[in-house]
Amino acid sequence: MKTYDFSQQYINKIEQEVALSTNNVQVHYGKSHAIFDASLSFPRFQITSLIGASGSGKSTYLRCLNRMNDKIAQVDGEIIYRNTDINSKKINVYEVRRHIGMVFQRPNPFAKSIKENIQFALKNNGINDKNELQKRLETSLKDAALWDEVKDDLDKSALALSGGQQQRLCIARSIAMHPDILLLDEPASALDPISTSKIEETLKLLSKNYTIIIVTHNMQQASRISDYTAFFHMGHVIEYNKTKNIFTAPEIKATEDYISGDFG
Amino acid sequence: MNAKKSDKIATGIIYGLVGIVVAILISLLGYILYNGVPDVNWHFLTSEAQSFSAGGGVRDQLFNSLYLLVLALIISLPIALGAGIYLSEYAKDNWVNDVIRTSIEVLSSLPSVVVGLFGYLLLVIQLNLGFSIMAGAIALTFFNLPLLTRNIEESLSSVPDLQREAGTSLGLSGWKTITKIILPMALPGILTGLILCSGRIFGEAAALIYTAGQSAPSVDYANWNPFTETSFLNPMRPAETLAVHIWKVNTESVTPDASVISSASSAVLIIVILIFNLGARYLGNKLFKKMTAAK
Repeated sequence: MKTYDFSQQYINKIEQEVALSTNNVQVHYGKSHAIFDASLSFPRFQITSLIGASGSGKSTYLRCLNRMNDKIAQVDGEIIYRNTDINSKKINVYEVRRHIGMVFQRPNPFAKSIKENIQFALKNNGINDKNELQKRLETSLKDAALWDEVKDDLDKSALALSGGQQQRLCIARSIAMHPDILLLDEPASALDPISTSKIEETLKLLSKNYTIIIVTHNMQQASRISDYTAFFHMGHVIEYNKTKNIFTAPEIKATEDYISGDFG
Repeated sequence: MNAKKSDKIATGIIYGLVGIVVAILISLLGYILYNGVPDVNWHFLTSEAQSFSAGGGVRDQLFNSLYLLVLALIISLPIALGAGIYLSEYAKDNWVNDVIRTSIEVLSSLPSVVVGLFGYLLLVIQLNLGFSIMAGAIALTFFNLPLLTRNIEESLSSVPDLQREAGTSLGLSGWKTITKIILPMALPGILTGLILCSGRIFGEAAALIYTAGQSAPSVDYANWNPFTETSFLNPMRPAETLAVHIWKVNTESVTPDASVISSASSAVLIIVILIFNLGARYLGNKLFKKMTAAK
């Protein structure tokens, strides 16, 4: 593998409204240092892709953003959301996760009905009004482009859906909570091309109302859907810029090598 | 030898081994049912046991077995559930929990007669419970608990971590995730374990001879107050169970029809376990379908 100088870094300043930002985030798994000084700002109502090779730390970084690394890793540094450091011990993590939702690599619907998948967490968060529950069920499934396919089977088990449908159900389940930010960890990597393009369309539409941060292995995907892209390598953020700049005129040699496939 | 041939041989051997298991099972079940069922009738199931004359039944023993089973499960299930949830969801990988796991394994291989004698010394003598259903139920808990705990732990651990992450990412607390998402998914496995344990309890004799006793005093099935001496629900009375009855009839009984009673009792024992087994499976499936909306 080629070695690169990690002090070479190019981080574009975000001039729009920022939804979430991190300052010097460090992650340790036991003694191994997984993320070094990650400082990024994510613009509101935009899609940001995190790209990089396997083990570059992009998923680890993503999971810090809604505290999913609690109990797994040691996360230091600041994660600023609405002027508050949500990486502090005093923060109510359940509240954080209601504002910052997450969709995982493998579809993980609950072994419950489609309807219950959407409404279960809502009910547990104190939403008991029947009309409200019904409204959220319908709008979230419509937003995730799943409504037409499942509207007659809402009481059927979610496990009977196809992989792509399950993943869109998981997206619907997250947005039913009305989060501000949606984190997606390689949401299409286990899906076929048709399901993938449906998910991408869905994300494009959702970015009107949600700030989306997505980890992806697929560089075409990153260039197709995202407005900003961050390139991770061995736990370091190497370059962060508008997606078109990253893919057409990268500032750093490592980024150029990675996107052109001349890497390692 | 080519791959096709060796595959054929291996398949043949596996079929043969399964055949042996099935043959043993069928011949055993068949023998017990063939000898016992002709003597099982309404009179046998609803009359008291006789000490000296022929024609005794197993009414009290059958009821005692069921009552003891229910009591033992009422005591052991909540404890096992708590311990299983702890071991699967909360326990960290450290030496304390390793010790706990090993102890549970050791405990589960304890011979039941040892549990019985221990129960006799501790419960019957020291705690002054006397030969009683309560002493029997607690002794059964001792040797039921490790199996049940281990089973619940394994059933919970086999639910994919993705489900836990899904719950966490939606802002649900760990406890909510465990009780509302993980537990329902683990239910079929837990149920299977529960059925196995119940079968063991129902057929257990050695641990009960010294704790629940070998006598079945006549009780009043119309008296529903468990705190009165003669009530059939009184947990402090001695209670010979069906399995103990089979053992006793075969070893020290002087009734002329001892062999008939023991064959018929064995058949009843097996049939009840079968009914229990199938019933629990049916209910469990229904429950699982209801909780998971699987159709």
